Parts: sequence; C-alpha cells; structure tokens
Amino acid sequence: MHTTDIKNPDYFHKVVDCQWACPAHTPVPEYIRMIAAGRYADAYMVNWYSNVFPGILGRTCDRPCEPACRRGRVEEDNLEKPEPVAICRLKRVAADHKGDISARLPKIETVKNGKRIACIGGGPASLTVARDLVPLGYQLTIFDQDPKAGGFMRTQVPRFRLPEEVIDEEVGYILDLDVEFIGGRRIDSLKAILAEGYDAVFIGCGAPRGRDLEIPGRQEAAGQIHIGIDWLSSVSFGHIEKVGKRVIVLGGGNTAMDCCRSARRLGGDDVKVIVRSGFEEMKASPWEKEDAQHEGIPIINCHVPKSFTHENGKLTGMMFEKVHAKYDDNGRRTLVPTGEPDIFFGCDEVLIAVGQENSFPWIERDVGLEFDKWGLPVLNETSLQSTIPQVFFGGDAAFGPKNIIWAVAHGHEAAISIDQFLNGESLDTRPAPHLNLISQKMGIHEWSYDNDISNESRNIVPWAAAEKTLKSIKIEVELGFDAQTALKETQRCLNCDVQTVFKAPLCIECDGCVDICPMDCITFTENGEEAELRTRLTAPALVASQDLYVADGLRTGRVMVKDEDVCLHCGLCAERCPTGAWDMQKFLLDMAHAEPARRLTNSRRNAA
Amino acid sequence: MTYLAKPRLHHPSLPHNALGYTRRDYEGRISTLCAGCGHDSISAAIIQACWELDIEPHRVAKLSGIGCSSKTPDYFLGNSHGFNTVHGRMPSVLTGANLANRALLYLGVSGDGDSASIGLGQFAHVMRRGVNMVYILENNGVYGLTKGQFSATADKGSASKKGVANADSPIDTASLALLMGATFVARSFSGDKGQLVPMIKAAIGHQGAAFIDVVSPCLAFNNHPGSTKSYDYVRDHNEAVNFLDIIEGRPEITTDYAAGTSVDVVQHDGTIIRLRKAAADYDATDKVSAMNYIQKHHALGEVVTGLLYIDNQSTDIHANLNTVATPLNALTEKELCPGSAALAKLNASLR
Repeated sequence: MHTTDIKNPDYFHKVVDCQWACPAHTPVPEYIRMIAAGRYADAYMVNWYSNVFPGILGRTCDRPCEPACRRGRVEEDNLEKPEPVAICRLKRVAADHKGDISARLPKIETVKNGKRIACIGGGPASLTVARDLVPLGYQLTIFDQDPKAGGFMRTQVPRFRLPEEVIDEEVGYILDLDVEFIGGRRIDSLKAILAEGYDAVFIGCGAPRGRDLEIPGRQEAAGQIHIGIDWLSSVSFGHIEKVGKRVIVLGGGNTAMDCCRSARRLGGDDVKVIVRSGFEEMKASPWEKEDAQHEGIPIINCHVPKSFTHENGKLTGMMFEKVHAKYDDNGRRTLVPTGEPDIFFGCDEVLIAVGQENSFPWIERDVGLEFDKWGLPVLNETSLQSTIPQVFFGGDAAFGPKNIIWAVAHGHEAAISIDQFLNGESLDTRPAPHLNLISQKMGIHEWSYDNDISNESRNIVPWAAAEKTLKSIKIEVELGFDAQTALKETQRCLNCDVQTVFKAPLCIECDGCVDICPMDCITFTENGEEAELRTRLTAPALVASQDLYVADGLRTGRVMVKDEDVCLHCGLCAERCPTGAWDMQKFLLDMAHAEPARRLTNSRRNAA
Repeated sequence: MTYLAKPRLHHPSLPHNALGYTRRDYEGRISTLCAGCGHDSISAAIIQACWELDIEPHRVAKLSGIGCSSKTPDYFLGNSHGFNTVHGRMPSVLTGANLANRALLYLGVSGDGDSASIGLGQFAHVMRRGVNMVYILENNGVYGLTKGQFSATADKGSASKKGVANADSPIDTASLALLMGATFVARSFSGDKGQLVPMIKAAIGHQGAAFIDVVSPCLAFNNHPGSTKSYDYVRDHNEAVNFLDIIEGRPEITTDYAAGTSVDVVQHDGTIIRLRKAAADYDATDKVSAMNYIQKHHALGEVVTGLLYIDNQSTDIHANLNTVATPLNALTEKELCPGSAALAKLNASLR
C-alpha cells in the first residue's frame, strides 16, 4: 500500500465517522466537548453554523451520524448492548441549555447588494439559503402556501415530538435577519416568478404529494380515509382535532409512526399500524418504531391491503392478505401470499402513509426546465443548478424525499452556487472547507482533551408520564437529558476528531504503542497489498470501509499500519511514544458556506 | 508511562484461548516504566506466550529482585502469584518456592544489575542446581533506576550517554549460564517479538533451568550512538542462529524446509520445538561448539540470538534430589509422620 496522504482533508474527515456521515458535516465531537464543559451556547453556535436548526434537529433528525458512530463498534463484545453516543439528543441539550444567544447571531446587513432572490417553499432548505445569503447583502423573499414558515418541520412533525416554540425560535432567528416571508401564498406559475425579475430562484417546495392507495372501496369510503401527510398537516394547523376510536395506519415509514402516535392522542383507543413488509425492513427509524410500540400501538407486518369495506358509504374496516418475504438470488424481495384466508380488521378511519412523491404542477413544462423520467428536475448534483441557470433546487424538491438534515446540506450548497452565479464565478469550483490540525499535547501525560475512556452504556432520554402525554397532541414526550446525564453521555464520545498523527522519521520501532494500544490497532510489518495486509495485522482489519493508515520510511524497511476502525483515540500510543513519533492532533473541519469568509479573510474559529 | 489505566475495552474480534481468556486477561497493572522501555515489550511477549499456551494464571509464580526489570512482574499476569525479593536474591527464593511446591510454573524475572552484579553468585548456583524455571534476564547494560551507570553486562568500549567509554570487561550471562549447567539457554531482543514469544513458550515447556537473556534497550540512558544495547545497534548486529516454531501436541508436519535447514526437538511435555536454522553450521545441542560460537561472534561485535543450547535429556532439582512426585507443601501429616513403627524400622536399618 502507498503511504497515506494525511494532507488530503478527506482522510481524517472519514475518521470522524459522525461528521463524515452527516450531510451537513457538523463537527460533532467538537460540540460534544463543549457540552461536557458546560459551554452550551458555544455548542449551539457550532451547530447553528453547520445545521441551522439545532433545537429542531436535536429532536427530529434522522441521525445518520449515530449508526456511523465509532462507539457502537467499539462496544461490540465489550458491553452488553453496543450503542452509539446519543449524538442527536446531546444536540438538543445544547439547544435547551444555551440561554440567550441573540448577540451571537449575524447582525442585520443594512447595506444590500441589490440582488433579489426568491425562495419557493418555506422549509428547511429555503430557510438555510436565506440564512447563508442574507448576511451577504442579498434580499430574500420566501413564499409558502402555509401561513407560517417551517415547511415539513411545522406541518408534518407532530407537536408532541417538536413543540411549536422551538420551531418559532429557530425559524425566527432566520426571518429576523431581514428576510421577507410571504405566507399563505401558493405559487402557481414559475413563469410568473421569473417574470418578476428575481436574480435567482431557489425551489425548496418539498415532496408535497402523499401517495394514495387505489384499491376497492377507496372512493366509496373516502370520507374516513386520509392521506397521512395531509392529515398531519391539518392536525398541525388545528383543522382536525379528533379521530375515530379505531384507526388503521397503513405504511412503515416515519410518517406512519407520526400518524399512529398522533391518532392515539386525538381519541384513537385502538390504533394499529399495518405494513406490507416485514418488521425489520420497515423504513421507519428503529427508535421511532420503538416509540410507537412503547405507546401501546401494535405493528402488524406482512399484511398487504386488499380492500376497504364499507356500509352505506361509511368505512367499516379493511381486508388484508397475509404474505411472507421471499428473496431471489439477486437479493430482490418479493412478497408471496401465504395462502391463508384474507384477514379483516374493523376500523373507523384509515390513514395512508405509504410514501411521498414530488409534484411540480405549478412549473410550466415549456418554461425551459428539464425533468427526468421520474418527474424530478434535471440538476447538477453538486451545484444544484437546474437547466435554467438562475433556478436552483434543494431539499426534497431536488432528489425526492429525504429529511431535514439533507435539506439543510442542499441549502448550504445552493447558497454557495447562487452566490457564485451572481458574482459571475464558475459553479464547478466548490470552495474548500476550513481545515485545522493542531497538537493537543500540553505535557507528558496532559492533553487538551479528556482522553480517559468511559465504560458507561448509552443513557436513556427520560419521557413524560404516558397518561399525561397521551391526552394531548401538544405535550412533548421526550424531556431531554438533564445537565448531569448529558455530561455522562458526553463522556462516551471517543473524540474521534483528535487524530493519531504518525511521523515515521521519528519512530525507533520500540513497539511501545503496539503493546499499549487497548484495541490492537497498530502493527509494524512488511508492506503488502491492502486486502492481504488487512489479514495479518495485530488484530484483523475487518471493516473494509474503515481506512488503514500506512506510513513508510522506517529504519527497518517495514511500514506502520494503523487500522482506524476501532481506535479509541485515547492517546496512549502517543503517551507511550518515547520520541514523539505519535501525536494527538485535533482535526477541525468546517464546511465552506456562502459567507464573507469566501471573499474576505475571516478566521471564524480555529482548532486551538 | 501514563497516568491513565489502560481502557478495558478491547478489539471486538479479540480471540479467547482454551480456558476462555483473552490476551487482555493476562495483563497486569499499567506500566510505570519510561516510554519506549524494552522491558514493556518483554512483558507483552510473556503475556502473549502464556495466553497462547492456555496457562492458568493461578498456576504461575512470578519472582523478581530489584531494579527496573524486577518491577515488571506487576505489569503482566495480574492474577498470578508474585514475590518481589531482596536485591539479587530472587534465585534463592525461587529455589525454595520450587522445592516447596513443584507444581507451579516459576517465572524468574531479573535484570543485568540484579543478576550479574549483586546476584551473580545466586545466578550461578540456580543454574547449577537445575531448578525447573524460566529465568528471563532483561538486559539493558545500565542501572536505569540510579541514572544510567554501566552495569556488569555493558560491553568494554561501549559509550555512556555522556560519551565515556566502559573500561571493564562484560559478563556474558548466556555464556555463564551455559558454563554453569543451564539446560536451555537462549538470547533474544525485546524489539523482536516474532523471535521472543516462541522462545518463551519453548522455555516454559522445558524441564530444568531455562535461561533467556533478552537485550532490552534503556531509552533513557542507553539508546545512543556508541551504545551496544540500543535499538539501532542490536538491529544492525543481530546474528540470529535460528528461529523457533512451537508445535503443540502430536506433530502434523507439513511445511517443507530444505533438507538440513530445520531440526525438531521434542520436549518433555510433548511439544516440539522446530528450529529453523539461520546459521547453517550451528548445532544447538552441542554445548561446547555453542560456547565457542557465542564467544567468536561476540568478539566480532555481533549479538548472537536464538536458541543457543538445549539439552532435551535434562533433569531438574527434584529429580536430582529424588523427591516425591507430590508437591512437598501438599504432603499431609499422614505421609510426614508415618508413626513409631516406621521410625523403628528406619532406625533398625541404620544399626
């Protein structure tokens, strides 16, 4: 193998599994250390710059960081139940305890640059574009069909998971930067918007159409059958306040989980989720399934809906066919009927949450904007520019339904693109991230991070009493960590951003690091091809997606190979190194945003 | 050294031995030696060897004297018996322990000061008596705990950290052990676990006095140019006569070696030491030529490593004294006081 190029920003970035997995690349260990130090406002601002909605995401994020978290891997075969750090809920701690941060927000830019930008849809993607561009002097106008901004976050996430105040606060931070928000106005023509002479248009209108289920009885019993996302939205705005006693929710995604838990709170005593697939294959996040079951909602799997039954135009129930999953040689799944007789479930109302689609009825097909065969706009995947140069897309509107954090990441990219576009720059050259690598050494055994490894298992977020929360759609279920539990949870973080940096010319090959490494990460051996090398290390390197750090230039002609997979970042290799060949260096990577830093010199933060 | 205890988390694929222990279960407390000390590598090699041999930690007694090396038993086999003796007196205490309970595995750990200066007499006699043990001498050529004066094993002409040459002749403990009658004599280097771990395993399987001289660089006081016990010097002058493979149980010999390049030595416990020859003319079972070879190459400034001598017909102190098979400490009043009739019979035989 070749010597690893640690100057490539991606190398150490990948080692910070959580940050690498996050679409917005939030520097997670950095803010977790701040929470541990009680610097909640600082932790909040690290998040705010990166993901814009820390309080909202700290309650609702799909958490791609957690399955990636190294802690989950290192606890395997060590603790009873290996679990990642509760990253998402720590983010909420920062938001809950931050105090007043208004002085830290960007000042309202009074000098405008004369460029006007329209954002269609008031969700996370558009709000991110506005947050990034308004401080640069752009004038932003956001249009939304609903009276208040927030999009998906406001209309579809139920209040018992995300209180209204949190949305108002974080959406407010952006709108208060002097963003014009025009609520309650549905845009029905792109041509008309373009005709209004905006310098750029950002389309972040989401994936607003819930998929329907065309099976017998659908039309006849239409009064008691609802599309999940529309129903949630009506609940959110108070148009629906009650539901029948017996409710069936169809679908296995997170929307289905929100529907069933909402129905439970609006008078549904007998709420069940019925899903075509097996339980494990359901699209909902594991914790959302757990939360639903925790509230006494059964999830019935492997049942395919056949028909709605009705009497006198009123829904009476549904028929289902029992199936089991069969996999062909290519691993493709088919649902095969078991042959058992169809099963009837009686109910008063049905909520259909079987998927969402993009829908752009308001974009004229002759306006010059190309769509692909799935009905999605043709975009440059990086710049998010459409085939009309001044029109950009982001969020669910760009590549189909994803989640809030992806919408934020798109918003940042689109903001950069719009800024480049309006300054006559090429959109192909993306600004490099801000990067800093600095030694954490303070003394022989002293580091400026806490390198002691906690053996604590993941802490559980406390819940409000079920008899209270099930009575109202507005009472938040999760209470969030208190400061003490949060501190314990922060100690589970392995500080993966504090990197083991090796300087071969200093190494005397004493084996001190090999002997002390608790995870057997380090090997000195003859070089070889990667696949073969992985098998003959101190401990086999089993996770191919985790890189090997290889350094040559040793006196014996061997190479140092470090498997990054389960490194605890405890720094014992560096403490045991007599020559300083190993050092622990903090790698801080902030993604570039459309910010003055791109044009002016501005070192917002550094790693020290 | 470090202030932190080694985290108890271990690699998810860390294997278990026949007893169900991982290698980590054979560790001791965190070392307080200087960073980069060769002694820590030797501790790691002992841990590895004991884990691989499925040794029950409570069947091991670790004995040591005084010095950096003699601190190390605290850093391995944390669940074994230990005895930190008076300076240079480890061999006597070990001999006594072995006489009292022959059933344990005795691991004597000492240094060049402890064995070659204050304890030289004890060293000679424990080898003469053929005490069944593994005697590991962690040899760095200096007194590390008293800031780096030359020890008795420092080579004549080698330089101290301040550049002063040593005027005294060195004691070669491997040659001395051979001369004194040790039946397993080996030398290795702390920086070469590939050689050291099988060597320790072979020594554990040996019945009789097994001695391993391990050159172990002292990072603080003896790892500079001019030293003959530094990492660089030993790597540049290492003359390995052979490499060991340990084959446990019945042999399944499938590896092909060129004719005459490997020799199998069967140990008392049935394990086989396969010696892969590096020096073609070296015969590890010929004591006299071994002594010649070591002296000749030492004169050339080379460090001869490998299994230098093995007597697979060896006996130990219990065989020489004709003691009973039961450990003496397990004999009960019944065996020790057979009664007046037996006494009368004995007296009668002496009249």
